[in-house]
Amino acid sequence: MGSIPRRAAILISVAALTLIPACSAGSRTTGQQSQDPDKVNSLEVGMIAEPASLDFTRNDGAAIPQALLVNVYEGLVKLDANGEIVPLLATKWQVSPDRRTYTFTLHKDVTFSDGKPFTAEDAAFSINRVKTDWTTSLKAGMDVVDTAEATSPTILTVKLKRPSNSWLFAMTTRIGAMFSRTGVAELATKPIGTGPYVLDRWTRGNALVLKANPRYWGRKPTVRTVTLRYFKDPTAMNNALRTGGIDVVSTVQTPETLSEFKDKSKYHIIEGTTNGEVVLSFNNSKAPLTDRRVRLALRYAIDRKAVLDTAWAGHGTLIGSMVPPTDPWYEDLSTRYPHDPAQAKRLLAAAGVPKLTLRLRIPNLPYAVAIAQVVKSQLAEVGVTAQIDVLEFPARWLDEVYTKADYDLSIIAHVEPRDITSWGNPTYYWRYDNKQVQDLLARADAGTPQQQVAAMKQVARTLSDDAAADWLFLFPNLMVARPQVKGLPTNVVSEAFDLTAVSVSTS
Amino acid sequence: MSHRFLTRTGVFVASLAVASVVVFGFLAVLPGDPARVALGVNATPEAVAQLQKEFGTDRPLFAQYLGWMRGLVVGDFGRSYVTREAIGPQVIDRLGVTLWLVGAAMVIALLVAVPAGTVMAVRHRRLSGLVLSAFSQLGIAVPAFLTGVLAVAFFAVRLDWLPSGGYTPPAEDPVEFVRQLVLPATALGLAQAAILARYVRSAVLDVLREDYLRTARAKGLTPTRALLRHGLRNAAIPVSTVLGLQLATLLVGAIVVERVFVIPGLGSLLLDGVANRDLLLVQGVVMVLVIAVLVVNYAVELLYAAIDPRLRGTR
Repeated sequence: MGSIPRRAAILISVAALTLIPACSAGSRTTGQQSQDPDKVNSLEVGMIAEPASLDFTRNDGAAIPQALLVNVYEGLVKLDANGEIVPLLATKWQVSPDRRTYTFTLHKDVTFSDGKPFTAEDAAFSINRVKTDWTTSLKAGMDVVDTAEATSPTILTVKLKRPSNSWLFAMTTRIGAMFSRTGVAELATKPIGTGPYVLDRWTRGNALVLKANPRYWGRKPTVRTVTLRYFKDPTAMNNALRTGGIDVVSTVQTPETLSEFKDKSKYHIIEGTTNGEVVLSFNNSKAPLTDRRVRLALRYAIDRKAVLDTAWAGHGTLIGSMVPPTDPWYEDLSTRYPHDPAQAKRLLAAAGVPKLTLRLRIPNLPYAVAIAQVVKSQLAEVGVTAQIDVLEFPARWLDEVYTKADYDLSIIAHVEPRDITSWGNPTYYWRYDNKQVQDLLARADAGTPQQQVAAMKQVARTLSDDAAADWLFLFPNLMVARPQVKGLPTNVVSEAFDLTAVSVSTS
Repeated sequence: MSHRFLTRTGVFVASLAVASVVVFGFLAVLPGDPARVALGVNATPEAVAQLQKEFGTDRPLFAQYLGWMRGLVVGDFGRSYVTREAIGPQVIDRLGVTLWLVGAAMVIALLVAVPAGTVMAVRHRRLSGLVLSAFSQLGIAVPAFLTGVLAVAFFAVRLDWLPSGGYTPPAEDPVEFVRQLVLPATALGLAQAAILARYVRSAVLDVLREDYLRTARAKGLTPTRALLRHGLRNAAIPVSTVLGLQLATLLVGAIVVERVFVIPGLGSLLLDGVANRDLLLVQGVVMVLVIAVLVVNYAVELLYAAIDPRLRGTR
């Protein structure tokens, strides 16, 4: 869970949505400042969630790596647009036959933004520091590391306690970020990395300004200044784009308003996939949801296409399990359990619960509230009464559903990359304890990349067949930009909002 | 030092103490653990316990309250649970933004309400007075955020005259600062002007019936000059009371309007604080709001004496 559940929009946006479209047809000539060199060299991006601090070693929250990872901080490796792990600060790496020793060859002539050179010593320091100084739960991703040592200024050797594919993947996330040995004193306000951008200034509650790093070792970015401007209200963000205040709406939170931007001469709509699986969660430890027939009946009862159309104006992907299309082990499982109310009723009768009342405890996020209504009416058709209980997000939902598992059904978007692995944790709020899934996940982690893909496919299929939850749909990556802005990422595959390929043309 | 002054000061201090207990009490019973929220979804129970200790939220409520009060007295609001930074400077920084908005809204409210209210009173039986009256009813009925949303849709999106939102510090770019402030301050000010105009109207109506005004007319002053010279000052007493009370409404209204116009003021700080369960920050912001309202009401009380010499030195 991260940026998407923070779409906390209140009454205002509801009122606004009903009013704004009426005024959208105006034929205004936008004095787009395309000749102004500042406009070519700078970019203003509208974002939703503002970081609470700039230190992701001590603060959780998706907004920090979204702004800083890849842009300000770089790792040895990164995820490319296709979700593959590719070199970044490392030119290459080798894995030993027992898959426990990784040898990274690092780029020469890389410097941090404070002028200090980046060496294998810094890489070892950064990896070891995760265990000693980080306080967020994500640091657990480094637990598998036994030693990390600089064997020469450009060679880093990492020994793992056991083979782990998820470790190399974790190195593409924030815990793989490379820090300077002398640049970690004021991480909350003064980030120092090797990336193409450096922090220019941050005005709390308003904007974070990045400027091109003059010492950057790689291809220098063409956009000299990027302003990430934070909006709490989706309508305010849309209005800012329409009035020239920003160049990009990084996340369209109200897809039903996309029609405001259909004029191709003024706007360019980007639609791709994300890692945000919207899950109808079942409490697998609570009767009668302990019975697979009951869970399967719930899956048959849901018309996911109708849910997608109602809740997100049809934008998004039907998935059928916990895997987005950008993961290497994706298979289309969306038609495995089609909408079939008759079958659902038969299964419920066979399980001895033809009439059933369940508590649907959801976070007070607009998408969850919208989806819950559709789910409730669809469940009613097969004799299941869903009692909707809206909990404030994050505090109350985290406390009651996530921590105490005091719920039967819930609805939430899980936006972390490759979060299918949490199905191996029996204490996670799904309370799903399946030895087969746990073994498969362990095998996938230890095996070769091919073995990993095969085992993960089996995990996804097992979860789907066992009806461990119902995967309603995958959030789309919906962005709107001025047509002059090129190179924005189509798919969200990682934690970073990757600005490195972005350019602004003059026409 | 009059008795009246001492009484008002006593009431002011007592109100502050009661307010601090209420603010602390409400937030203490709010569900959701700040440490849990700060650490995020996957935190271990040990990490949560560790952070609770660091925050001091594992102590008894009374000890927490005393610690907070001790800091407040010397102007120390504590450190934010989320950013671990001192709260005082953050609040002051954001308060500066909000005060520009509230101040500008107040000026707009006065500039609209005083003439409009006076016309409504003087011409209360004529069409122009009735039309203004109807408009003020409408203004009371429409909340500031709706005016704001409509103003953005029309003046920013449709006509492209003014920016749809944002904030630039006046020192950085004074022109942009004013351009960005026009719509939110007007949206906030108009709603207040509508209410204020009703009070101005009734105050002026009362004044018009007074003997001294008839005497002034008898001396040969025109109705307008009589009202300007003798009437408005007397009408100002009830109006300034209402103005003081309205400041509280303005501050609350500013929170919502700030959101519509993407202004990084106290309102957005407060909403973020509530969502993140940054309780100390929320306590700090709410206390500052409470203090602001109490100070204004206190000042208004003292101002009566300045406006009306009859109140000086009386009990």
